[in-house]
Amino acid sequence: MLILEKRPSPSRFWQYATPVLAVILTMIAGGIMFALLGKNPVEAIRTIFWDPLFNPQFAAYSRPQLLVKAGPLILIAIGLSLGFRAGIWNIGAEGQYMMGAICGAAVGLAFYPLEAWYIFPLMVLGGAFGGWAWAMIPAILRVGFRTNEILVSLMLVYVAQTILSSMALGRLRNPEGGGFPGSRNLSQYPSAANLELLPGTGMHWGVVAAFIAVIASFILLQRHILGFQIKLAGQAPRAARFAGVSPGRLVILCMGISGALAGLAGLFEVSGPAGQISIDFASGYGFTAIIVAFLGRLNPIGILLAGLLMALTYIGGELAQFMLGLPSAAIQAFQGMLLFFLLAVDLLSNYRVRFISKREVA
Amino acid sequence: MDFLGGINPAVLIASLMVASVPIMLAAIGELVVERSGVLNLGVEGMMIMGAVCGFAAAVGTGSPAVGFLGGIVGGAALALVFGVLTQILLANQVATGLALTLFGLGLSSLIGQGYVGIKPPPTTALPFGPLADIPALGRILFNHDAMVYISIAIIAAVWAVLRFTRTGLVLRAVGENHEAAHALGYKVVRIRMAAITFGGAMAGLGGAYISLVRVPQWVDGITAGQGWIALAIVVFAAWKPWRVLIGAYLFGGISVLQLNLQAAGARIPVEYLSMSPYLITILVLVLISANPKRASANAPAALGKTFHATR
Repeated sequence: MLILEKRPSPSRFWQYATPVLAVILTMIAGGIMFALLGKNPVEAIRTIFWDPLFNPQFAAYSRPQLLVKAGPLILIAIGLSLGFRAGIWNIGAEGQYMMGAICGAAVGLAFYPLEAWYIFPLMVLGGAFGGWAWAMIPAILRVGFRTNEILVSLMLVYVAQTILSSMALGRLRNPEGGGFPGSRNLSQYPSAANLELLPGTGMHWGVVAAFIAVIASFILLQRHILGFQIKLAGQAPRAARFAGVSPGRLVILCMGISGALAGLAGLFEVSGPAGQISIDFASGYGFTAIIVAFLGRLNPIGILLAGLLMALTYIGGELAQFMLGLPSAAIQAFQGMLLFFLLAVDLLSNYRVRFISKREVA
Repeated sequence: MDFLGGINPAVLIASLMVASVPIMLAAIGELVVERSGVLNLGVEGMMIMGAVCGFAAAVGTGSPAVGFLGGIVGGAALALVFGVLTQILLANQVATGLALTLFGLGLSSLIGQGYVGIKPPPTTALPFGPLADIPALGRILFNHDAMVYISIAIIAAVWAVLRFTRTGLVLRAVGENHEAAHALGYKVVRIRMAAITFGGAMAGLGGAYISLVRVPQWVDGITAGQGWIALAIVVFAAWKPWRVLIGAYLFGGISVLQLNLQAAGARIPVEYLSMSPYLITILVLVLISANPKRASANAPAALGKTFHATR
């Protein structure tokens, strides 16, 4: 029979191998799902993972999209990973993303139509502040009243969604928009626009920020005392307490960083690819980033790769929708499936699977 | 009370009883799961799977009863995935619960594609005859579909089982100390799997009630956070069945009242009204957790901990 034997320490090999294994298993299971939907599974998988990068017809459009989509995912996931490592579950990044976008866009729109160099930096600050402030609500409630941060941060996503639609219909609505919901288009307002930095690459300030976040978080976790405390608090909360790590301080810091990064992601999105505050601005990046954080094993470099892969499934999914008529919901289910397989095969890095004979059991 | 305008209290109470059914069912299921020591954060995902499966089954057969059964099956099936991952493959319960919700939202909208804009077969009120004609009382108590009564009966049953039966005692023992329960020879994993499946079935039933009675049609993301509110109600109820009923009525009341106020054109801006159920959930959570004596005194001791039998 099969038994599980706990490893003294997680296996190094499997820590690297499990994400790859999970992706392969998801491709197989996803292929079966696509086959059930009446599509050719091999063609569907190729359209999602291969064509956006290497098909001569689509690659020119798709490759820059890779960075555009990966930027916000990586930025949010880096923030989330710090909290997840310390056992602090901020799952309301989607709300912080929206609030960052609203605050940042509001700053930019307040200056309209003035043209000045300082407007975009101020918007960046506004975006980070919006996300940070929204994340501080669950953080302070957790520290002050021991309220569960999972439920509070999640509830606030729905509140943020209501604020977003009321802003798109009210305060931030474009006065020259002929009564249509949605704000002025920031990407057509040069001082507030987050444009492509290098033409044809998809590289905008949000992608730059994501790369900076990856490097900063790598240094934080490897070299800084705070990073050590985060890891300690997650792996051995009691030991952390004895070592003088203040749990409240960690909650405030981790939630604050993740909120600010999610807010930044929202700001870069609203001033660039999305262009405006609209009712359907929120696109689920805040939730997909949770998958990215786990797929990257909460490791900065891993998150970078996972974010690119997840962005690929978005773009490939759109392509498959266009080429094969694959429903967009199928991609969402596909991404959820990836997280399942990841959690399932994670067993291999913490446990050793052994076969023993019946006699040995008795 | 002038801002209540033309809202009839009897109709209000009657409709809050209907509005609270999905949350009540999902919360009582999750209560059983948590009493067995497992934290399943995937209630939202299981609810929406129940909503879509129930809808599909009801439309396919033309029978709401089959629809509710379909909801049970859909919710329980997704719960089993959670069970296999957390109990057999020993995955982190928080992460797996989140995965369940993300996956459920995607899969439900995939299944629901062909059902947008279709009307489900109507669920009719139970015929109470003359009882339904009693002024006020008849409207409140005797003019509902069967599920309203069934959901209250389920609460009573869970309360009785947890309190008076051996099964309930074993379930609570597993939730308080799985090592001790294991040492006494109880099959911890098997018991928890049963509890998880029950939780999924209840969440799925609640979801089916949303798509078949409350709304009644299929829309993407139809559950709109009710699964998360159900999780909050379990905390609010301090893991006691009857308090789930109170909590569900409280939140059902708020959501009905805010809808009525919106319709009555109250002077409170619509956005404040529509965010009120979520804000009040947060407020209640804070009030509950701020009291150090009550906060976690009733929480099952083994809640959220992974069990791995070494011997």
